[in-house]
Amino acid sequence: MQIFLPIADLPVNIFLLLAMGMAVGFVSGMFGIGGGFLMTPLLIFIGIAPAVAVASVTGHIAASSFSGAMSYWRRRAVDPMLAFVLLVGGLLGTLSGVWFFTLLRAYGQLDLTIALSYVVLLTGVGGAMLWESVGAILRARRGEAPTLRKSGSHNWVHGLPVKVRFKKSKIYLSVFPVIAIGLFIGFVGAVLGIGGGFLLVPLLIYVLRVPTSTVIGTSSVLTLATMTLAIILHATTNHLVDAVLALILMVGGVIGAQFGARASQRVSGEQLRLLLGLLILAVGIRFAVELTIRPQDLFTIRALEPGP
Amino acid sequence: MTRWMAAALAALGIALFAQSAQAERLIASVSNHRVTITPDYSGEELVLFGSVERDADTPPDRGPYDIVVTVSGPRMTMLTRRKEKRLGIWLNADAREFINVPAYLAVFSNRAINSLASAEVQRRQQLGINNIILTQRVGTDFADVVPGDPFRTAFVRLRTQHGLYREVSTALTFLTPTLFRVSIPLPPEVPTGTYEVDIKLLSNGALITRSETAFEIAKVGFEQFVAEAARRHGWLYGLATALMAIVTGWLASVIFRRD
Repeated sequence: MQIFLPIADLPVNIFLLLAMGMAVGFVSGMFGIGGGFLMTPLLIFIGIAPAVAVASVTGHIAASSFSGAMSYWRRRAVDPMLAFVLLVGGLLGTLSGVWFFTLLRAYGQLDLTIALSYVVLLTGVGGAMLWESVGAILRARRGEAPTLRKSGSHNWVHGLPVKVRFKKSKIYLSVFPVIAIGLFIGFVGAVLGIGGGFLLVPLLIYVLRVPTSTVIGTSSVLTLATMTLAIILHATTNHLVDAVLALILMVGGVIGAQFGARASQRVSGEQLRLLLGLLILAVGIRFAVELTIRPQDLFTIRALEPGP
Repeated sequence: MTRWMAAALAALGIALFAQSAQAERLIASVSNHRVTITPDYSGEELVLFGSVERDADTPPDRGPYDIVVTVSGPRMTMLTRRKEKRLGIWLNADAREFINVPAYLAVFSNRAINSLASAEVQRRQQLGINNIILTQRVGTDFADVVPGDPFRTAFVRLRTQHGLYREVSTALTFLTPTLFRVSIPLPPEVPTGTYEVDIKLLSNGALITRSETAFEIAKVGFEQFVAEAARRHGWLYGLATALMAIVTGWLASVIFRRD
């Protein structure tokens, strides 16, 4: 059944969109991430303009992170203070991200920036996760005890001033690195149409030493807030949010997420990280290949504002 | 300035020429003057019917007729970019702006345009996509370039791939020597706006008369409401979309609640 998307201005099969929403939802439920880094390329692949895809995916991520945040909140797995400080940076980051997005669109290098950033971020994060999880699995095979981080271990980040006590996470930390991470995630999320969960979770764990019990819940609260702001800003400045597209994706997404969450309980943590690492790396490599081989068509057309 | 004068003189010439040769009348109509885009729209086809009416002034030895129908959609300014390999990656390098060119352009005729008029007539009457003026901004100048220009060729090719530009030299059929029909396919990605249909009647390689009609393509109902809201009330629309996302997420967490 075809449905005409009013902003993307093209008819798409509604079941295809629902299936895409469910597939990405399954992945996001399984790994506790938003899944924007999968959804945006998929939408571009079926012919939706990159700018419309980025702007509309924000709605899909907001919906799935809201249902995630709700269930983590009920389980008291959210650190409100940490979420708040991250948000201060996150909202500023989103604002500058949407501004930067508009600027890139004007200079005609938006598609390139999206593709290049995907390559760098995805191959970097995917590769690191793969390396770490393979190491962990091998160690477990050899029968070594997993190397547990001591809660008191410190790095240079913990030497910075203006410290705040984040009670729920039981950490005592300067606000600057927290704001900086929020800023980075908000910026990247708005420019690339991703929630940034796959970046935020490792940053919180490895840089800020946030315990795993509060990390995913807090991350979904931040994602929810930045993505909600991104929807409104994209709609106000670029007029590119397709509400019909977003609605179909989010309905598929929240359904798929339930099955993904159930599936994740049958797999161990290391295997889960290995799978996610492979997935992220694969998407990154696909973008890299696309940039370096000669495109099928060297020319592209973009409509400017309609003439008088 | 000289360009404008040349254009004005050309228009005057066409008018005089058309008047002096006015011995036939062209009557044409499209099957639907208002195409509406609804949620299930996935392309449509219009039919143009027309007839050539002879009168007492028509020379009795008038040869067979040729007809060229040009459908041009709403005008838009479009940017065509060319990718080049720099530092190992392909990126947008060069760009040309096409000013106020039709977003949809279709040319239909009863036989190949090259065979029904001389190159001079084709150029003057803008018969066929190669002869239709597509103004480009080249630096600070505005001009159409030769049909072989790489940007122009690429522009026409890309629009053709999306079904938005087309030239079919066998699409128009004569049902009788004076009655003709042609179907106008509208692709799924059709731009909304007013479409002008220009019909030119030729015989023995010369223009006899021309006629114009039009139709409109509009989004209606829900599609129109969403598109308008997104453009006119951006932040309200964004707020509504954000609320929709939150409600969907909330509903999901209520429906699938397991604890």
